[in-house]
Amino acid sequence: MSLTRQDVEKIAHLARLSITDQEMPVYVSSLSSIVTFVDELSRSDTEGVLPMAHPLDGQHQRLRADAVSETDNHEKYQRNAPSVTAGLYVVPRVIE
Amino acid sequence: MRDWEVVIGLEIHAQLATMSKIFSGSATAYGAPPNTQANLVDLAYPGVLPVLNARAVQMAVKFGLAVDATVARRSVFARKNYFYPDLPKGYQISQYELPVVARGTLKVMLDDGVVKTIGITRAHLEEDAGKSLHEGLANASGIDLNRAGTPLLEIVSEPDMRSAKEAVAYMKKVHTLVRYLEICDGNMQEGSFRCDANVSVRPKGEEKLGTRAEIKNLNSFRFVEKAIQYEIARQVELIESGGKVVQETRLYDSDKDETRSMRSKEEANDYRYFPDPDLLPVEIDEKFIEAVRLTLPELPDQKAARFAKDFGLSAYDAGVLSASRELGAYFEAVVAGLKAGHAKLAANWVMGELSSALNRDNVDIEHSRVNPVQLIGLLNRIVDETISGKIAKDVFEAMWSEGKPADAIIEAKGLRQITDAGAIEGVIDAVMAANPKQLADYRSGKDKLFGFFVGQVMKATEGKANPAQLNELLKKKLGGGGHA
Amino acid sequence: MHNLFIGELAERLKKRQISSVELTRHFLSRIERLNPALNAFITLTAEQALADAAAADARLQAGERGPLLGIPLIHKDIFCTDGVKTSCGSRMLDNFVAPYDATVVARFKAAGTVMLGKSNMDEFAMGSSNETSYYGPVKNPWDISKVPGGSSGGSAAATAARLAPFATGTDTGGSIRQPAALTGVTGLKPTYGRVSRYGMIAFASSLDQAGVFARSAADAAAALQIMAGFDARDSTSVDVPVPDYSKDLGSPLKGLKIGLLREFFDGLEPRNAALIEDALNIYTGLGAETREVSLPHLPLSVPTYYVVAPAECSSNLSRFDGVRFGYRCENPKDLLDLYKRSRGEGFGAEVKRRIMTGTYVLSAGYFDAYYLKAQKARRLITNDFRSAFEKVDLVISPTTPTPAFDIGAKMNDPVLMYLNDIYTIGANLAGLPGVSVPCGFVDDLPMGLQLIGPHFGEAKLLNAAHQYQQATDWHRHAPRGYE
Repeated sequence: MSLTRQDVEKIAHLARLSITDQEMPVYVSSLSSIVTFVDELSRSDTEGVLPMAHPLDGQHQRLRADAVSETDNHEKYQRNAPSVTAGLYVVPRVIE
Repeated sequence: MRDWEVVIGLEIHAQLATMSKIFSGSATAYGAPPNTQANLVDLAYPGVLPVLNARAVQMAVKFGLAVDATVARRSVFARKNYFYPDLPKGYQISQYELPVVARGTLKVMLDDGVVKTIGITRAHLEEDAGKSLHEGLANASGIDLNRAGTPLLEIVSEPDMRSAKEAVAYMKKVHTLVRYLEICDGNMQEGSFRCDANVSVRPKGEEKLGTRAEIKNLNSFRFVEKAIQYEIARQVELIESGGKVVQETRLYDSDKDETRSMRSKEEANDYRYFPDPDLLPVEIDEKFIEAVRLTLPELPDQKAARFAKDFGLSAYDAGVLSASRELGAYFEAVVAGLKAGHAKLAANWVMGELSSALNRDNVDIEHSRVNPVQLIGLLNRIVDETISGKIAKDVFEAMWSEGKPADAIIEAKGLRQITDAGAIEGVIDAVMAANPKQLADYRSGKDKLFGFFVGQVMKATEGKANPAQLNELLKKKLGGGGHA
Repeated sequence: MHNLFIGELAERLKKRQISSVELTRHFLSRIERLNPALNAFITLTAEQALADAAAADARLQAGERGPLLGIPLIHKDIFCTDGVKTSCGSRMLDNFVAPYDATVVARFKAAGTVMLGKSNMDEFAMGSSNETSYYGPVKNPWDISKVPGGSSGGSAAATAARLAPFATGTDTGGSIRQPAALTGVTGLKPTYGRVSRYGMIAFASSLDQAGVFARSAADAAAALQIMAGFDARDSTSVDVPVPDYSKDLGSPLKGLKIGLLREFFDGLEPRNAALIEDALNIYTGLGAETREVSLPHLPLSVPTYYVVAPAECSSNLSRFDGVRFGYRCENPKDLLDLYKRSRGEGFGAEVKRRIMTGTYVLSAGYFDAYYLKAQKARRLITNDFRSAFEKVDLVISPTTPTPAFDIGAKMNDPVLMYLNDIYTIGANLAGLPGVSVPCGFVDDLPMGLQLIGPHFGEAKLLNAAHQYQQATDWHRHAPRGYE
């Protein structure tokens, strides 16, 4: 199935990816061919089959005891941060 | 002008009172310095993974049992994908198709005493986001992720409410319930209990729902009521002037008392929900549910029913006194300290003087300056007629501000009621003698002057004359056409 | 020294015939000399390695024994290593120093291994040729104009070039087995949930699994022994006892039932088919029985994978947003710009393609047709394997359709690149363990034989691989110049 430039722009926006005008045709074409490829799935008969989100069936979520196990390590963690002020991660103004 | 019907549904986010976060072992305590309670999992560092907090699940199940809901034997966590700086993973772990709690109901007493059953569509577990702060940052925002990962129970009601007042009553009931269950501290200033309101209007009799607007993040009962009222008026006016309500998210501005559209959420968000592959389905068995059921306290409705039955209170009074476990406990302690048959007295004082004092000084009942034992002491003095009810109010005020017991204050201020008939008669005689004109007017038919004489005797006795005796004696002495 | 196997090295270390420091220096000097042509490393940790080796020597001196004590290794740059750059092959994490150790890393540390460095890889583990790395492609030591396979190309090439006795990798759609086959080494992907994913940068959470490259099944067994085990920090980690993988390596194969997957042999290239035939003869010679089994839904595995994996990764990679760590674009003009340019500039083309594919298949209106459909196909494929394992103990196939291809040959056609994974993907979808062992040469380039086992059947898998390696010597061949 062929995707249009508009489709790709919408997806790129949802995924917060900047795509230059130059790159756009390449992405439109490669995404179209990928989607065509996976469209093969539509030809398979999956009537009555339950979807499988995890490879090991019959496993269920383990529960952890409610206890505080962490100490303050913010100085170590914030060493990787691009911009920090007074312990806060700084980003361009968030408009509500 | 058509008759409009309002349809309201509420989505309440209650922060669960666990010690650690829902998917990490970070503390959930409020008020820590920025990012000091955010570990690698909360910060969404590469390679980290979520592990589910057992107590969050127990609390959700507890809520489900308290609203007679179906507890899902199998529920699934799903990722809700969107980008926002206070959402470090770029997705929120929530529940979508298979929430932990399914349909339930909650009975809500409205102002007029009518009890309405509100449906609860579902309640599910999810994680809270962090906070964005703007002060002191030019053109920028500062992100604090301490709150990111705190467990939330999102409680979704059916669109069963038909007025702002009904919505507030429901919200208050849920607030009472989560505090009873000790699953949420209900502290709205700290953001532990937040509400989104979905509001739409339709012509009366119309079955189809109108387009709804969602008002987000209302964190007080008062704001919920005002925001909904504004929104109803806005929508009605819009439709009546030929416009159409747009499905959108709005914020309530409490300074201007209006709702306005949220700019950043104008575009419809495609959340691309899918089951979180890092978490396995949660399986809850009978054993788990029964263990939680054993921890259920007496629920508000059960307590109210018991108060009404055992203490002969009206449904309304019973409802007020059971609005919180602490208030109910206080009340019961007071009743227990009085002789049988005085529950109504206790009720009146707890709902009246005590509640006024608490509200006035912005104090909660656990920090009341008059404790049950002290109030019992005061009420017993009314019962044994040492003081009148009116004087008791003054004593109470003194108890509240000085922290002394009733007897000490009665003694110190000489407030004992005068019950000596002779003494009262003497004062009556003096008052009658001092007011011959009024006496004559009264005896010639001006019944209303009875009150004047009561007032004068009370003034002369500094309010200490026993009212019942005063009435009786005054009637006798005034004689003639007097009646009280 | 670099041709010795782990057991032999451990023996010499125990007898103090060599020290860990000497061993480490030996590999470090080989790396210095030979790595530039291969580009197998992103970060070398020589100083720390020598310090760790000295510490291991002290432990050995004190009489401590351990199968990996003092043995050097390489970690794929997808594993978080405390205090050491962890890039995942991406510009997005070029400036990222991990503040913690992945569980896999911690376990190896505790066992006394010596980390030589972090290996090059396809960006965010997305690729089958190690050509998408921000740090340049890795070359195949058998022929440096060819790819080593991916995404764990650096670990594979380094192991084949004898730059370390073994290396860790990760396998989501074949990223250990395929490069192992193309570089002539042994590559093991354990059962999903056997090894902790905590600290392993996530690509596709329900498919990713950590594993190992080594030059023999016995070496792989020694490494798996340390890696495997329950981890409370990973909710998908399975609490199943870890057997002694080395103990049963020598078990005879008499009566072992090996299944040939019919779907794999249709249209197989004749020289590839011939190598598999030879291998089957070896196995029947060892007492195994072979029979045909069919996995009728297996042809769906590649399109299924290319819906599920991108869907999961599109979500997993949302955390890379320039806010708390990683690449941030210059002078973002507003929040939207910060996100779009940090991610647009920080991620390479293949990663962006997969994120967008994933976003698309999860989006409103497409979810049922793609994602949900793929999850159903996944169950059908898994059920097929389950039925097969009722009849046979292991299934066998080639690991790849062809030997290593030229660098640059498939970069312009993503779908063509995806078809490399045709034999390996099924095991990831079903969560099954798989191993690739060298089984011969085509055009002087190594080819691999793949064995897939039932859940938690690693012991049986390694036993079969080991017996094959006792009867053949393909695994002892070294690329010219690296012997």
